[in-house]
Parts: sequence; C-alpha cells; structure tokens
Amino acid sequence: MLDTNLKHIETADILTKIISENENVMVICGRMGPMCIPVYGIAEELEEDYKHVKFCDMEFDSFEANIIRNLPEVQGFMGIPFTIYYKNGKVVKATSSIQTKSQVIIILDKYFGEPNKN
Amino acid sequence: MDANNYYDAIIIGAGPAGLTAGIYLSRAHIKTLIINEGTIGGQMIFTHEIANYPGLESVSGYQLANTMKKQAKMFGCNIKSNVSIKDVNLNDELKKVVLSDGNIYNSKTIIIASGGRPRSLNAIGEALFKGKGISYCATCDGDFFTNKDIIVVGGGNSALEEAISLTKYVNKITILHQFNHFQAFQHAINEVKNHPKINFMMGSTINEFIGNEKLEKVRVTNLKTGESNYLKIDGVFIFIGYIPNTEFLKGKIDLNEFGEIIVGPGMNTNIKGVYAAGDSIVKLFRQITTAVGDGTIAALSASDYLHKQNAKQ
Ligand SMILES: Cc1cc2nc3c(=O)[nH]c(=O)nc-3n(C[C@H](O)[C@H](O)[C@H](O)COP(=O)(O)OP(=O)(O)OC[C@H]3O[C@@H](n4cnc5c(N)ncnc54)[C@H](O)[C@@H]3O)c2cc1C
Repeated sequence: MLDTNLKHIETADILTKIISENENVMVICGRMGPMCIPVYGIAEELEEDYKHVKFCDMEFDSFEANIIRNLPEVQGFMGIPFTIYYKNGKVVKATSSIQTKSQVIIILDKYFGEPNKN
Repeated sequence: MDANNYYDAIIIGAGPAGLTAGIYLSRAHIKTLIINEGTIGGQMIFTHEIANYPGLESVSGYQLANTMKKQAKMFGCNIKSNVSIKDVNLNDELKKVVLSDGNIYNSKTIIIASGGRPRSLNAIGEALFKGKGISYCATCDGDFFTNKDIIVVGGGNSALEEAISLTKYVNKITILHQFNHFQAFQHAINEVKNHPKINFMMGSTINEFIGNEKLEKVRVTNLKTGESNYLKIDGVFIFIGYIPNTEFLKGKIDLNEFGEIIVGPGMNTNIKGVYAAGDSIVKLFRQITTAVGDGTIAALSASDYLHKQNAKQ
C-alpha cells in the first residue's frame, strides 16, 4: 500500500465502483518515488478545498493497476505517476510524470469546476 | 500589519536545512513560519535510500522528511507548502515576504534555506516530452525503457551512476556530455568505460527534442564544429547538476558568481537579521548532514539576534 493519506484503491473492481459512484475522481497511479510523492502531497493539500472531487491513489506495480496501465489515454506515457481524471466514469484527462500544484489546479478547475469557497 | 501574519522568524524552504531551523526555533518558543515552494522535504524526497544519516542505518528520503516535518510541527512550527514567493523585502528591520496568492508575512528575522534543483537543458521541446521520453529519475522510469536505446546527458557522478543503473533495463546507452572529459570519480568513469552497453558522444549537446505522442528523435550539436545531426532515440535521461534556488534574491543579498549565498561563520548574510543555510549557500559539500548543521547554526544565530533586538526595545 502506498504511504499517503489519500484513499487507496487496491483492486480494479474498487476503482470501477468509485468512478461509478463519484462524479469527479482523480487517481494517482505511482510508486513512493521522487516524481510521485510531490503529486500525492499536492492532492492531499487540495482535498480540503475540492470537496466535490474524490482523490485516490493506486500502486503502479500491482497487477490490478492494469486497469490504468491499459487505458488508451496513457499509451504514450513513459514516466510515473500516471494521473487520471474521471468525470462520470469517463477519462477526461491524463498526465504523465511529476506535476506542479498550479498544473493540477488548472485541470481540476477546467474539468471538475472550481471549489466552492463559502 | 496583520498580527496573524506576523512571525518572529520566517524560514524560506522546507528541506533538511529549513526544517532543522524550524525545529530549533519553535522549540525555543519563537513564533516561526516555514514557506516552501514545493513538497516538504526538498531534495530528500529524491533519495530512495539514505544510508549516511547518523543514527538511522537506512531510511527513505520520504520517511526522513516526514519525521522532520512532524518534529517541527510538534514544536508549533507553522509550515506552508506548494506556495510561491513573489517578492521579499530583507533590508528593513521588519522583513516582508509577499506570496503570489497575495498573502503578506512579516518577521524580524529570515533564514533562507531554498536549496537547489536539477539543472534542465532548456532545449526546445524539453517540457513537452517530460514523462513521454524525457526523464530525470532512473529508478522511477527505467523500466519503461526496457530493451530500448537511450541517451544519458551529463558527465558528473550522478549521470554516470544513473547510466550504470539503467543498463539493467535498456538495450544501449549513449552518454552525451558537453565536455571531452568527465567530472566524476575514477571508479565511476572506469565502470561506464568498460560497460558493453554504453558508448559516448563527448563535446556535444541536445538542442531539440522531437516527436508526436512521445519522443522520437533529438537534434544533437557538436560543440566544436557546430554541426547538427538528428538521432533516433527512445528516451533521454538528464543529470546535469544542480543550481541554487536564489533567483528571487538577485540584487537583494550578496551572492557569488554561481548564485550561491555568501555567509559568515554564524550563517549570517550581508544583511542584518538575515541568515542562510544548506545547499543554497557557498560551501564545499552538499549533504543532508551538512544542511542540518547549517540549519542549526542559522537558527541559533537568528535566535540570538531576536534576543538582542527584544532586549533593545
Ligand atoms: C538524487 C539525490 C540523492 C541524494 N542523496 C543524498 C544522500 O544519500 N545523503 C545525503 O546526505 N545527501 C544526499 N543528497 C543531497 C541532499 O539531499 C541535499 O544536500 C539536501 O537536501 C540540501 O538541503 P537544503 O535544505 O539545503 O535544500 P533542499 O533539500 O533543496 O530544500 C530546499 C527547499 O526549498 C524550497 N524552495 C526553493 N526555492 C524556494 C522559494 N523561492 N521559496 C520557497 N521555497 C523554496 C524547495 O521547494 C525545497 O523544498 C542527495 C541529493 C539528490 C538530488
């Protein structure tokens, strides 16, 4: 299991269930390495504000992560983490390798909407 | 001045130097804020295994960073991460740090512990193919290049060591370096020179990364002749050293020609009440232990400065 404070997805079935039950889902599929840890950290920080988004992680090396590794959207990817954004169960955006907080925010705001600050 | 945004001490950077300073100052009941641009831990989180931190036989950089963070928070240190600094005013007695989100923080003393970051090539297309053929981490991404042909850019110890670690995955490695000699330990040079999967392209640089969905080729220029060639390649790993994160201090504090902060024995800079520690200062050896040592000295000096300032009032 990844050493983060995000919701851990351990099986493909659980991922399918989560994306069917939640409108907006961000899944970071990675390892505990230097390119992945910053992205988990950013998601942990944003979780507080983006209450309308479900933030999760998944172990890249688990067999179950084939559900992400086999997505057509990630076939050109050669850097972890693979970060997938799902809306209503469909992939709307995927990124490869480390991202900055502002890059993640731009994607969240564009596809899932800005957080309600009230 | 907003009292909520006033701190006795502000530390810029939450790597080992900044976190250590945070631990010392907060433990001394000095109201302290650490402002950090990236992930807490700094370069420590780039390290899978740290085997030379006394007292811990082996620890991951992530674990060590988390422990230092917890320790600082436990003593009451406030940490803001993933924020960026727009401006600093160091000269006045009451220092000022302006963040890009508009927040302004004031303090009597500042410790700069902004460390360093990997140098990038600044070649055309570099940002576009990051994670799609360009990598800065062999242990993270090496297996994507199994049986492929790659280039490793750099000629220092980390480039040569990472090239050796990549040989277990790839078909062929070309080490590409701007000079005609390596700046690395002799044992590392011997190892790459004797490796059957490794060959060399010296005195050259990459000017452009080209591809569609992923990296397909690079434009390489021979720095002596100026001649350029296109090379088909599956991946490029870049390890060309580190630069100090001090751009935001240019013209505000004394830096040397490499952009490193000049400090005295108490980690004092040329500005009263401003101290610096860790990889961003002029020093010989850049290690976690030396950063921790610098952070300790900077915190004790800052604490002494605050004590004297308060006694004056
Ligand atoms: C791959 C690798 C392996 C290493 N292995 C080891 C090892 O095994 N043992 C060892 O002792 N050392 C090792 N080192 C060296 C060690 O990590 C560094 O010497 C040490 O982390 C320096 O600490 P620092 O606090 O000065 O800076 P950093 O660790 O660089 O931290 C600086 C922090 O400041 C932040 N920052 C930068 N600019 C700003 C700004 N403008 N505003 C706010 N915040 C800012 C950064 O985001 C970062 O979080 C390794 C380094 C690397 C890259």
